[in-house]
Amino acid sequence: MYTVADLKKGLKITLDGDPYLVVAFDFVKPGKGQALYRTKMRNMINGTLLDRTYRSGETFEPASLEERQMEYLYKEGDHYTFMDQQTYDQVVMEEETLGDAKNYLLENLKVEVMLFGEKAIGISLPNFVNLRVTATEQWAKGDTSGNDSKPATVETGYVLRVPPFIEEGELIVIDTRTGEYSTRVKG
Amino acid sequence: MKIDALWFRAHVIKAVRDFFWDRGFLEVETPLLIPANAPEEHINPVITLPSWQLQTSPEICMKRLLCRGHQKLFQISRCWRADERGLRHLSEFTMLEWYRADADYHTLMADCEELLQHVVSSCLPKDRVFRRNSAKIDPFAPWERIRVQEAFSRFGQVSVFDCVKKGLYEEILTTVIEPALSQFDSPVILMDYPAELAALARTKPENRELAERFELYLGGLELANGFSELTDPAEQRSRFEEANRARKASGQIELPLPEPFLKILAALPKSAGIALGIDRLVMLTAGADAIDDVVAFTPEDL
Repeated sequence: MYTVADLKKGLKITLDGDPYLVVAFDFVKPGKGQALYRTKMRNMINGTLLDRTYRSGETFEPASLEERQMEYLYKEGDHYTFMDQQTYDQVVMEEETLGDAKNYLLENLKVEVMLFGEKAIGISLPNFVNLRVTATEQWAKGDTSGNDSKPATVETGYVLRVPPFIEEGELIVIDTRTGEYSTRVKG
Repeated sequence: MKIDALWFRAHVIKAVRDFFWDRGFLEVETPLLIPANAPEEHINPVITLPSWQLQTSPEICMKRLLCRGHQKLFQISRCWRADERGLRHLSEFTMLEWYRADADYHTLMADCEELLQHVVSSCLPKDRVFRRNSAKIDPFAPWERIRVQEAFSRFGQVSVFDCVKKGLYEEILTTVIEPALSQFDSPVILMDYPAELAALARTKPENRELAERFELYLGGLELANGFSELTDPAEQRSRFEEANRARKASGQIELPLPEPFLKILAALPKSAGIALGIDRLVMLTAGADAIDDVVAFTPEDL
């Protein structure tokens, strides 16, 4: 159990059944008046922001969050299944919850799954993933159009801009934080 | 911490000290560890040894000195208030208090004007303005004086008495009134508070609903709280007991009463006293946004 004195940026609490992350916090106390604890919180499931003001004496339940390493198994419709390799526990996440992370999910990729109780609410990816280019146009030698990049599709279906010299079948490194091409895997 | 903050702190404190010495005030030191503060509903003392607490303000001892016949006193001392921490609050902070016999809150308002003009001239001789959130506040411009009732009706279209009754006073003050006060480019004095918001202040002779209390704001930041002192021991005791009833009702511990103070209070001359946050004055001088920026160490640094 937390009290208002525990409130600070980064604290994770449960509110109306959802986990919230405190993203901004201020303590205000007008001269001789009652203290107010002003917070801005982000719902860790749907990302919505919430402003709440608390007073002395109010308490909060911590959000029981756990990060576990799991492997991505397969996709069925909008549902993505992950498995803990130690316990063989499986969790399913919807495409909407995954957001952009779905662009990098290749079978057997190891990710950190954030669990709120039993429910998977998000994943952390490695900063860089290797994915094979499945389709891109041939670069015409001597092209003087000045384009320094071209679209390419990788094996997850994700489309990004790559340098003109990248060819179909090549393995490239993508920065999952920006979604951009990083380098080509040599060899 | 801002790199030049300690320079500003030292110069602000020196300027304050010079100001009061030059005007014949006696600088005093009173004990920081005391058996009882003035009980307040919303101020929690730091309890140390059994039945001793750190001062939340030097007011009790300062007023006892006035009772002994001193006329003009000031003190710069550390105060402690439990569980107060934010952009403008530290549990341990530095307070300036000054007291005048044969004076009321109007004299203190005049002191405030001269003091801030002196501090800004000494510490920032070129610009002579305070800064808050990149706004400039000029202590040489005519000061705004607004009655609390008027501020609530003008900026919030509400009655301050209603707000107090409904427990919305702090909310409206901090979300509506203080932002409105931050728009003034001169210091602003909010004055004549509802009596229930001024536990140690004298009520106005012509209107018992209002107390002769004022707060000084610069750029929306509350800097000082002053009032004409209540000198009626029976009335003071009943206000302390009322504060303890309110504490009990909200599940807080009741606090001991400062009995020697109540005993001597009848001897307190007509007088007025004020508390001004030195850390905040340094913030305004150094143009710092957070109180963390103007102390050598925050509690988290230790």
